[in-house]
Amino acid sequence: MTPDPRQLRSLTVAGGLEELRSGRLDAADWFGAYASAPDDLGAFLWRAETPAGPAGEGELAGAPIAIKDIFCTDGITTTAGSRILEGHRPVFTATAVERLTQAGARVVGKTNMDEFAMGSSNENSAFGPVQNPWDRGRVPGGSSGGSAAAVAGGLAAAALGTDTGGSIRQPASLCGIVGLKPTYGAISRSGMIAFASSLDQCGPLTRDVTDAAILLRAMEGRDPCDSTSVGLGGSVELPARTDLSGLRFGVAADFSASAEGVEPGVAAVFDRSVEAIRELGGEIVDVALPHADHGLSAYYVIAPAEASANLARFDGVRYGLRAEGAADLTEMYERTRAQGFGPEVKRRIMLGTYALSAGYYDAYYGRALRVRTKIADDLARAFEAVDFLVTPTSPTVAFEIGAKAADPLAMYLSDYFTVPMSLAGTPAISIPAGLAEPPGGGPELPVGLQIAAPAFAESRLLDAAFALESALGFAPLEVAA
Amino acid sequence: MIDRDQVLHVAKLARLELSEAEITNMSGELSAILEHVERIGQLDLEGVEPTSHVVPLENVLRPDEPRPSWPRERTLAEAPDPAGDAYRVPSPQA
Amino acid sequence: MSDWRERYEAVIGLEVHVQLRTRTKMFCGCEPSFGDEPNLHTCPVCLAHPGALPVVNEKAVGFALAIALALGCEIAPRSIFHRKNYFYPDIPKGYQISQYDIPLATAGSLGDVRVHRVHLEEDTAKMIHVGESGRIQASTESLVDFNRAGTPLVEIVTEPDLSGPAEARAWAQLLRETVRQTGASDVSMEEGSLRCDANVSLRPAGSKALGTKTELKNMNSFRFLERGIAAELERQAAVLDAGGQIDQETLHFDPVDGSITSLRSKEYAHDYRYLPEPDLVPLAPTDEMIAAAGASLGELPADRERRYTEHGLTEAAARQLAFDPELAAEVDGILAADPGLEPRLVANWILNDLTAARRQLSKPDATVGPTDHVYLLGALAAKELSHQAARQVLDELVENGGVPAEIVERLGLGGAEDSSELEAIVEQALAENAEAAEKVRAGKAGAVGPIVGAVMKATKGRADGG
Ligand SMILES: [Mg+2]
Ligand SMILES: [Zn+2]
Repeated sequence: MTPDPRQLRSLTVAGGLEELRSGRLDAADWFGAYASAPDDLGAFLWRAETPAGPAGEGELAGAPIAIKDIFCTDGITTTAGSRILEGHRPVFTATAVERLTQAGARVVGKTNMDEFAMGSSNENSAFGPVQNPWDRGRVPGGSSGGSAAAVAGGLAAAALGTDTGGSIRQPASLCGIVGLKPTYGAISRSGMIAFASSLDQCGPLTRDVTDAAILLRAMEGRDPCDSTSVGLGGSVELPARTDLSGLRFGVAADFSASAEGVEPGVAAVFDRSVEAIRELGGEIVDVALPHADHGLSAYYVIAPAEASANLARFDGVRYGLRAEGAADLTEMYERTRAQGFGPEVKRRIMLGTYALSAGYYDAYYGRALRVRTKIADDLARAFEAVDFLVTPTSPTVAFEIGAKAADPLAMYLSDYFTVPMSLAGTPAISIPAGLAEPPGGGPELPVGLQIAAPAFAESRLLDAAFALESALGFAPLEVAA
Repeated sequence: MIDRDQVLHVAKLARLELSEAEITNMSGELSAILEHVERIGQLDLEGVEPTSHVVPLENVLRPDEPRPSWPRERTLAEAPDPAGDAYRVPSPQA
Repeated sequence: MSDWRERYEAVIGLEVHVQLRTRTKMFCGCEPSFGDEPNLHTCPVCLAHPGALPVVNEKAVGFALAIALALGCEIAPRSIFHRKNYFYPDIPKGYQISQYDIPLATAGSLGDVRVHRVHLEEDTAKMIHVGESGRIQASTESLVDFNRAGTPLVEIVTEPDLSGPAEARAWAQLLRETVRQTGASDVSMEEGSLRCDANVSLRPAGSKALGTKTELKNMNSFRFLERGIAAELERQAAVLDAGGQIDQETLHFDPVDGSITSLRSKEYAHDYRYLPEPDLVPLAPTDEMIAAAGASLGELPADRERRYTEHGLTEAAARQLAFDPELAAEVDGILAADPGLEPRLVANWILNDLTAARRQLSKPDATVGPTDHVYLLGALAAKELSHQAARQVLDELVENGGVPAEIVERLGLGGAEDSSELEAIVEQALAENAEAAEKVRAGKAGAVGPIVGAVMKATKGRADGG
């Protein structure tokens, strides 16, 4: 008897693996349900028709997982959402992907994304926008928009994303799924196309907290190919906690629901989440994060500065696009990069180049690095008093496609709550906490709750998120036919 | 504020050819972003150490042991303008 | 135009790049290549493919530490890597990973030249300019070979303590010998494993202010280094004499015609937009790492030179031995076997007689034991052997080996033990050459030749002419 593909496309990774183990599910059917589902969201840039190999015996054996197109996959086109890498076939595979497939995961496709992970709406992809499965007229968030939409829309059991300033957490929030940004260094960056190297961190986008733990466990670890990788020492345990008694949750008054720009619906869901924490026995503690408000400013200097260097390699010499007909080398460089990069990428390269250029370094980059210190200190001090911090993940629910496309600064504010943890390198997770009506009216949309923890405290973070997830009882989107 | 000349200078540094429209837009957009960013200028950061990295690591070193290089036909296949065994570029001073 | 030295002082600093003798590149596992087919020694890291990350080569750090220690530098407790941003096809990432505000080591010296800094970085790729002349100016396209890209380099920057072309050359040679002895590099200028750039300026004689400097590149031999600096100093003097100003620029010395040309427009090249390299973590050499790097050093050329000078050797001999650890070891071996010998005589014996014997007999690797040398030098000092006879024995030892005393016996070179015998021979010689003897007695020393010749003939060279 062939199982209902819609049902298979609703399974969590843990649920599917359990079905496989019990013999009620065949790995080929699980994969096939995804492979045959139409991608009407624009979530994928490449899809596998058949699994690359046998399911094997690993911890993830048979799990159909989508990979953000920022991860290099040997021989499979990898573009990072950019025209400049159109058709580029990497000669090696990212460590994170390698670890997943070695654990038995099967790649269902490479997901659409904001070009070079720069964006919060997925509108910056050179290959078209991604639609939010909750409302096709709205963005899925970004930059891991394709990964978030694929998981929420039943096109992959789970997905890999990257988070530099919020690029896993914010789309997870806007699509009503779980998104985990681990501690910087937990998972290797090798083979992950760099945006801002000191901030970039790979992580899972999943249907629930348990799946996030399963994927993290498979991927974490020190990698000799990434000097900055530390791993979590095999410490990740599957979450099991059902209450929050004895745990303290910090809320910073001015870095919370009352902050400027937070939609009323988002604020209401956040307040209800805080109540839920109390009901589970958690203690809510006022904390001060005096510099968190400056996180975006620091971030929008540091990330573009690193990006301006990271993107210098796209020069039309060794791979990727080369502009035709240039008279000399300089013209070749300038035209290749003009034709290959989209507006947001150019903007950030310009911003970063400016911030590093002679005469401006101290005022911008130098200061931003010091603000980064202050923000990390704020978080460290807060974590002396509390176990976790909670904030809304995003100030808004999913906005309409095109709504912020003309105003980069407004778009940058999407990362307001997520950026401080990126700067500090500490882990944070977004879990779906409820639904809220968008400001202009219309069907209710998901709202995420961000829970942040000290560095390397992923297991505790996942445990708390798991307890809260059960209590909040968020109903995932039903998979469309 | 970042004016037209600065935009052109930075674009040159970054090897980006900009259209007239891009130059105009860039000047306004970058100015707006920088205006926001410049709020960190109000903070007292005297004596604060810069943080360029958050990992608590030092001396991550690799043993000096060779491993095979990549096959040339595979790496060169990615080049937009290969020439024999090499990567061709327009002359730096044509 | 008269010599510029009458009006100006030259202020010269060197920037030396040394390719390290590691088995792999600086940040990847590719083997460095010298003269292999293009682009066979590449991988995602040294081709700067998207997503590829650098990892520091442990041995390169060890070699860099050894060089820093050999130059008497202070090792930074914690140094970091930076990205030096500029676009050029030979720099695949669009930036060179180098060190900037906190280099591996600082504040050293070699001889009387202060070493400003020593840092680690990576080499560029090789470009071949295709066109009629093969020169960049006339080329229509260039080909890039990334085999060299990412080869570990140590950059050594001196303070501007050199005062002329010859001094610069001599110091660069001392540096080469010093680095060679650390084993960190092949230090061949011809093969490019040692590359020298010079920062050159002039200032009015007696002035303390520094003039505008130019950076002179591409001097791929010590001779060209000297000639290039000399030519640039001449050029600067002519400009200044004519009331002109020196432009700060990078110059290319053409050894073929001795010309100096501006290398490339540096309009934007000055703004390298350095930023800390986020893909790498700080380097904090441990005591163990530093001790391991120092253990292999031995006595360095500058120290050896000082020691020999203190022992009374001529400057030339001291320097020659400083630069040749093997000959120095032979000298030291002889002195150890007989501490009573005069170091100066031992050095001359090795540098002149032994090297000449090896060269003339085409036996460059022939070894003569220290006790054999002691025997011959002792016999010389006691005037038991003439210099010529000692040299004859040495030749025999180099050619065939053997025991010096037996060789002396066999060749009949035994010392003129009985002075009365010699006196008789001399008497006879005087008698046979009465005319010459008369002239000598009258004060014409030059006339002594026939008499000495007769004596030597009679003694088969055993008598010492002095
Ligand atoms: Mg250098
Ligand atoms: Zn390599």
